[in-house]
Amino acid sequence: MLERRAVVERLLRDRGGLCVIPGLGSCTWDVAACGDHPLNFHMWGAMGGTAMIGLGLALARPDRRVLVLTGDGDMLMGLGSLATIGVKRPANFAIVVLDNRHYGETGMQASHTAAGVDLVKIAEGCRFRISYAVGDMGEIDHVRDLLHTGEGPIFVQAQIAPNDPPRVLPTHDGHAIKQRFMQALN
Amino acid sequence: MAENQNSWPDLIHGHFKRVGIRQVGYVPDAGHSRLIDLCKQDNGITDVVLTTEEEGIGLVAGATLGGQRAALLMQSSGVGNCVNMFALLRNCGFPCLLLVTMRGEYAEFNPWQVPMGSITEQCLKLCGFQVYRVNQADEVDDVVGAASDMAFEGNLAVAVILSQRLIGRKQWVR
Repeated sequence: MLERRAVVERLLRDRGGLCVIPGLGSCTWDVAACGDHPLNFHMWGAMGGTAMIGLGLALARPDRRVLVLTGDGDMLMGLGSLATIGVKRPANFAIVVLDNRHYGETGMQASHTAAGVDLVKIAEGCRFRISYAVGDMGEIDHVRDLLHTGEGPIFVQAQIAPNDPPRVLPTHDGHAIKQRFMQALN
Repeated sequence: MAENQNSWPDLIHGHFKRVGIRQVGYVPDAGHSRLIDLCKQDNGITDVVLTTEEEGIGLVAGATLGGQRAALLMQSSGVGNCVNMFALLRNCGFPCLLLVTMRGEYAEFNPWQVPMGSITEQCLKLCGFQVYRVNQADEVDDVVGAASDMAFEGNLAVAVILSQRLIGRKQWVR
């Protein structure tokens, strides 16, 4: 089973102009743990909306690569957005779900994926061009390359251990996060 | 055709072009059908069909981050679906232009539309929207123009309520 921090660190290596939208909670802490970056639009709320923010951005900036990095709970709350993404099929768009099969922020209750609900098949059914699961660190470099050069939409379920590394908190000032992101991008 | 060009959905589309709307999110809706068609036919606008209206709030946020302006079309029931997601607009100061076709008011035949329809306007205000209501076709151009400017000049969430009287009675066949 994968360690979440190691996966995120590897995925964001030499990230260049990659735009990253981390979902609320652990994924935001994971991305913050890799160091501050103006092209992180990290979330502190709006659960279920992360993938759609990525879609709006990917459609607005086809010249940039967009990564939505989120958890199974956030993805489950926004399942319909996978269908919406499947209609537009932006080539510059990827979702990596760090799936620990639990709701980390609320006390590690089991999520639907713990019962076997299969996000990879759902994304496949929603016309993602690539959709697969990874459970081995040796596969992460390839995922990282896909984020930069693969034809999207791409969906990757990273099967991670259900643990809770120390929190690394970025600012929660939404205006500041937005402003900085937009200045860096546009 | 000339008549169509002056119809209220055409006037709204005209304001979309004037202020440079590049993405439009919507859930299919009878009241918005002509405006949706106009957006789909417009090569300068990316139309995004949503499964549920709150997806549109994320879309607007993402479009703004990418430097584009976006608008959302929904029915009054959809406003209820968005309530928690509206917080994203306020937390980050994203501009949002929302055009809401009403159900559950004038000549409504379906009582199930009334509970949400009757609180739509208050709900938007509670969520921080500036809200304008249009009752007649000859008010559309002015009000939507003002709302568009306010949203994008001021980075504000602005909603225009398009009343059921404006849209016309839904033809319903038993």
